[in-house]
Amino acid sequence: MQPTLMLAEAAQASAGDASAALQAAVAYAPATGILSYMWLLIAVPAVSALILLTTGRWADKWGHWLGCAAVLFSFVLGAAMFFELRDLPNRAVQLDLYSFIPVGSLQVDFGFLFDPLTACFVLLITGVGFLIHLYATGYMAHDEGRRRFFGYFNLFIAAMLLLVLGNNYVMLYFGWEGVGLASYLLISFWYGRPSAATAGKKAFIMNRVGDAGLVLGIFVMFAQLGSVNYDVVFSNAGLLPSTTILVLGLLLLLGACGKSGQFPLQAWLPDAMEGPTPVSALIHAATMVTAGVYLIARSNPIFSANLTLQTVVVSVGALTLLLGCIIGSAKDDIKRVLAWSTVSQIGYMFLGVGLGGGAYALAIIHLLAHGFFKANMFLGAGSVMHGMNDQVDIRRFGGLWKYMKITWLTFMMGWLAIIGIPPLSGFFTKEPIIVAAFARPGWTGWLYGFAALIGAGLTAFYMTRLFILTFHGPKRWTTAKEGSVDQHPHESPWVMTIPLILLALGSIFAGWLMASPVAEWLTPVLGPPVEEHPTTLSHTTITVLSLALTVAGAGLAYALFNKGTALEPQPAGALVTAARNNLYTDAFNEAVFEKPGKWFTRALVFVDNKGVDGLVNGLAALVGGGSGRLRRLQTGFVRSYALSMLLGGVLVLGAFAAVQLGWMG
Amino acid sequence: MGEDFSVNLPDLNYAALAPMLILFGAACLGVLVEAFVPRRARNAVQLVLGLLALVAALVAVLLHAPDVTDSNALTGALSLSIDQAGLFLQGAILVLAIVSLLLFGERTLENGGPFVAQAAITVGSELDRRQAAKESGATEVYPLAIFAVGGMMLFVTSNNLLVMFVALEVFSLPLYLLCALARRKRLLSQEAALKYFLLGAYASAFFLFGLAMIYGFAGAVDFRTIHASVTGSTNSPILLFIGLAMLSIGLLFKAAAAPFHVWTPDVYQGAPTAVTAFMAACTKVAAFGALARVLYVGFDGLGWEFTPVLGVIAVLTMLIGAILAVTQTDLKRLLAYSSIANAGYLLVGVLGGGKQGLSSMLFYLVAYGFLVIAAFAMLTLVRDADGEATHLARWAGLGRRSPLFAGVFTFLLLGFAGIPLTSGFVAKFAVFGAGINGDQTWLVLFGVLSSIILAFPYLRVVVMMWLSEPGETTPSVSIPGMLTSTALMIGVLVTLVLGVWPSPLLDLTTDVSNFIR
Repeated sequence: MQPTLMLAEAAQASAGDASAALQAAVAYAPATGILSYMWLLIAVPAVSALILLTTGRWADKWGHWLGCAAVLFSFVLGAAMFFELRDLPNRAVQLDLYSFIPVGSLQVDFGFLFDPLTACFVLLITGVGFLIHLYATGYMAHDEGRRRFFGYFNLFIAAMLLLVLGNNYVMLYFGWEGVGLASYLLISFWYGRPSAATAGKKAFIMNRVGDAGLVLGIFVMFAQLGSVNYDVVFSNAGLLPSTTILVLGLLLLLGACGKSGQFPLQAWLPDAMEGPTPVSALIHAATMVTAGVYLIARSNPIFSANLTLQTVVVSVGALTLLLGCIIGSAKDDIKRVLAWSTVSQIGYMFLGVGLGGGAYALAIIHLLAHGFFKANMFLGAGSVMHGMNDQVDIRRFGGLWKYMKITWLTFMMGWLAIIGIPPLSGFFTKEPIIVAAFARPGWTGWLYGFAALIGAGLTAFYMTRLFILTFHGPKRWTTAKEGSVDQHPHESPWVMTIPLILLALGSIFAGWLMASPVAEWLTPVLGPPVEEHPTTLSHTTITVLSLALTVAGAGLAYALFNKGTALEPQPAGALVTAARNNLYTDAFNEAVFEKPGKWFTRALVFVDNKGVDGLVNGLAALVGGGSGRLRRLQTGFVRSYALSMLLGGVLVLGAFAAVQLGWMG
Repeated sequence: MGEDFSVNLPDLNYAALAPMLILFGAACLGVLVEAFVPRRARNAVQLVLGLLALVAALVAVLLHAPDVTDSNALTGALSLSIDQAGLFLQGAILVLAIVSLLLFGERTLENGGPFVAQAAITVGSELDRRQAAKESGATEVYPLAIFAVGGMMLFVTSNNLLVMFVALEVFSLPLYLLCALARRKRLLSQEAALKYFLLGAYASAFFLFGLAMIYGFAGAVDFRTIHASVTGSTNSPILLFIGLAMLSIGLLFKAAAAPFHVWTPDVYQGAPTAVTAFMAACTKVAAFGALARVLYVGFDGLGWEFTPVLGVIAVLTMLIGAILAVTQTDLKRLLAYSSIANAGYLLVGVLGGGKQGLSSMLFYLVAYGFLVIAAFAMLTLVRDADGEATHLARWAGLGRRSPLFAGVFTFLLLGFAGIPLTSGFVAKFAVFGAGINGDQTWLVLFGVLSSIILAFPYLRVVVMMWLSEPGETTPSVSIPGMLTSTALMIGVLVTLVLGVWPSPLLDLTTDVSNFIR
C-alpha cells in the first residue's frame, strides 16, 4: 500500500489543485524476481541493433543470426516473465529505472509496467517477431543490405517493446516514435526506388499528423492531472470534466488513427507495402499498426468515461472496416489487398475497443489472432513472390497450388481464419465483436452491427478472390514472349516454410486457446468479460447470418474467379472505379489538406523572402559593410597600430579619470 | 644607531616553487643540449626533455595542490601567491603547453619540421632555399618555449607587480623570437615577430608606468599593501586610477582585447602555426590569470567601479572580433579574430565578478585552449607545395576529398560557435551566466549578439568545405604524424567530453576559485 499512497500524494502535490481529491484506484506492485529484469527485453534487441548498424561488413556473415537470437532471447525472457506474472496476486508490476525528465512539477521516470495486457503484446511481438526474423534470413538472403535490414528490424522490436512496456505516456510516446522511425527506414529500405522513398515519406508525414495529436493529448494530461503516469492518470480520469475527457480522448484517437491506418489517416498503410515483405508482415500487419488499438485499450479508463468519445471510436472503426473491404475487393496487387485487409481488420478492433466494457478484451483477442493469420498470409505472399520473380499482380498468378504446396496449405489456413470459418481462430474472435456491436442500445446497434456483418461478407469475397486467383484457376504467368520473364515457381527454403507452418498452426488454434482464458487473463486491466446479449437479434441469429454472408461472399468470389480473370484491368462501373482509386480518399486529402497547405506554404515563403529575409539580409549587409570598413583600419603598419593603441590608452585613462571624478564627487 | 647588515632572506616554499624551478632548470639544460648534443639527435633529445620537464612540473603542481591552504599560499616575502586558483592556472598552462609542444615536434608533415634552420640567413637567397629544402629546423624553440611556460606560470602566481612585470618579460621575449622562426613565408614571420616585439614593448611600457603610479599611491608593489592602501589611504586616488588604467592596458594587450588587439591577426598569421596554437592557448591563460588577479586581489577595494570602462572594452572586443572575422579570407586570420572575440567573452566572465566569474573564466580558458590548439593543428595538415594553404578559397570542397578531416574541423568550428554538446557551449554558458549573476546583463546581450555574428564566418567555412565542388587548386590533406594526431585527438576529445560531461571540471573550477593576497 505504501507506494500507492505516495504516488497519490505526489500526484496531488504536483497537480496543484487542492480541490481535486485524487484516488488511488490503480496500483502497481514493485517488480521482483525475474520481472525486475524486464528492461533486458528492450536492451538486448537495442544493443543488437546498435551492433548490426555500427559494425562493418565483417558482420555480414553472422549479423542476421545475431538479430534472430536477440529476438529469441526476448521471447524466452518474456515467456518466463509471463509465467512469473501468472502466479502473482497483483498482476501488474512496475519497475522504475531512473528519473528520465525531472523538470519542476513534470516528473517522468524511465519506468516499465508489466501487466496482463503488456504480457500479451510482449509475447505477440517477440513470438511472431522471431518467426518473421527467421523467415527474413531466407527472404533477404540475396540482398546486399541484409545486415542493415536486421539492424532496423531489431530496432523496431526494441521500440515496439518500449511502447508496450512503458508505465507512462512519455515512455509510450518514445516507443511510438521509435517504431515510426523503424517503419520509415524499413518502408524506404530499397531507397533507390523512387516509389519506396515516396512511400516512406508518405508514411512518415501522415504519422506526424497522428503523433501531433498524441503529443497534445499528453500535454492535456499533464496540464489537467499533473502527471503522465498510467496509475495517476487512470485513477483520476473520472474526476475530469466531461469536455476535457472528450478532448483528451479525441487527441489520443487521432494518434491511434495515424499509427493504425484508420480513417482519415489510412492512406499511408497500403503504400507502405513498398518495403520488403517481412516488414509488411511484422510491422504493417501484426504489431506496429495495432499500436493504436493498444493505446485505446490501455487508456480504457479515459475512453470508457465518455459516451460521445466511444461513439466516435466505434464510427471510425465501422467506417474504416467497410472502406478497407471495398477498396480491397478492387485491388490487384497481392500485398495491397492484404494491406487494405489489415486496415479493415483493425477497423474491427477499433469497433471493439470503441464499444467498451467486455468488448475491450474481444478487440485484443482479435488483435492477437489477427497477428497470427495476417503475418501468416503476408509471409505466404512473400513466399509466392519469392518463387515468381517478385511478381505481385494476382492477375498473373494462378494454379500455384501444385508448385508450392506448403505455401498453399498455410495460406489456406490464414484465408479460412480471416473469413471466419469455424473452427479456425477468426470465427471465435470476430463473431463476438459483431454480436457486441448489435448489443449497443437503440438504432446504433443496428447500424454498427450491420456494418460489421456486411464487412464479414465483403471480407470473405475479397480474400477468396485473392486466394483463388493466386493458387487456383488457369495459369496466367508472365512469359518471355510478352517481353517479361518466364516463371518457374518453386517452394521456398525451410527457413521460410517453418515460420509459415508455425504461424498457420497459430491461425488455426489461436481462437480456441484465446477466446475465454485470455479474456479472464486481461480482467485486471480491461475489466471482467461480460457476455453481451443483444436485444434486437438473438446470438444464434447473428452467428447464422454472419456465416451465411461469409459463405455467400466466398461463393460469389469462387464463381467469378474460378475460371481466372482478364490480364488487364477492365472498364468498370462507378463503384469499382471508385474503389480502385481508394474511394477517392487520396484525392480528398489532396484537395482538402495538400493544396491549401501548399498555398499557405507559398504565402509564408513569400512573406519570408520579402519581409524576414529582407530584414536579415539588410542586417547581414550592415555587418559585412561594417566589417569591410573596419578592415581598412588594419593597415599592417606598426606605426598606425601603435597610434591606435595610444588613442585607446588615452580613452581608457580618460574614462578611468571620469570614474574617479565621479568617485570623488 | 647600529645598522643591521645581516641580509634577511625571505622564506621560500620550495614545494610550491618546484614546478617553476623544474621548468627553468630544464630550459637551461636545453640550452646546454644545443651546445653539446650532436645536431642529428638534438630534436629528439630536446622534445623528450621538454615534454619530461612539462610533465614533471605538472606532477609537482598536482602533488602540491592538496597541501595548499590560505595560510601557506604566500611565499617569498609576499611576492608570490601560489594559491589554489594560481595552481589551477599553472596546471592549465602546463597541460596546454604539453599538447602544443607535440605540434612543435612534428617532423612528418614537412621535411625538417615547421621551424627554420637558421633564422639569420637572408630571405630568398640561395642558401635560404637550400635550408628550406632539407635542413633540419632549429631546436632552440624547445628551450624558448619552456622558458615562456615558466614565465607564464610565474606571471599568474605573482602577488607583486614588480615580479609580475619580470614574469611578463620572461614569457614575452621567447614568444617574440618563436614568432620569427617559420620555415615558410619567412618574411611574413619576421615581420610578425618585429611587430609583436615593438608593440609588446610599447605595452610593457604602459604596464611599467602604471606600476610606478601605483607605487606612488601605495608606497609598495605587493597586492596586500596595495589593497590596504586602496581601502584605507588618504592619498589622492588620481594616481591610483591612472595606475590601474595603465596596468590594465598592458594586460589587455596580452589578452588581445580591443583596441589593443591590433597585433593579433598579423602575428597569428605570420608565426609558425604551432607557435600560434601555443600563444592562442597558453598566453590567453596567462594574460587572463594575471588580469583576474590584479582586478580581484589588488584593486577589488575600489568596489569594481572600473567595471563600466572594462565593460565597454569587452563590448568593443566582442564586436570588433566578430565583425572583422566576417570578411576574413585567411583561416589563420579568421581564428585570430575569433580569438579576439573570445577574449571579449572571457572579459564578460571576469567582470561578472565573484567566485562564479572567476570559475567561469577558468573553465573557459581550459575549454578554449584545447579547442584552439586542435583547430590550429588542423590548419597544419592542409598543405600544398608552398606549405600550409590557409586561404579560405583553397578549402572549397575539402569535405568531398577528405571527409574525416572536414568532419573533425566542422566539429571544432561548431565548438567555436558554441553549439551544445561541445565544450564551447558550456564555456559560453558559464561566462554569460556569471555576467548575468553579476548584474552585467548588457554585456551578455552584446556577447550573444557577437556570438551570432561570429557563427557566420565559422559556418561559411563549413559550407565551403562541404557544399562547394573541389577545384583543381584544392590542396590535399596530409596524414598527420603521431605527435599531431595525438594533439588533435586530445583537443577533440576534451572538446567533446567537456561538452557532454562538464560537471567535474566545473566543480573543480568552483572549488579553486579563490585568490590569496
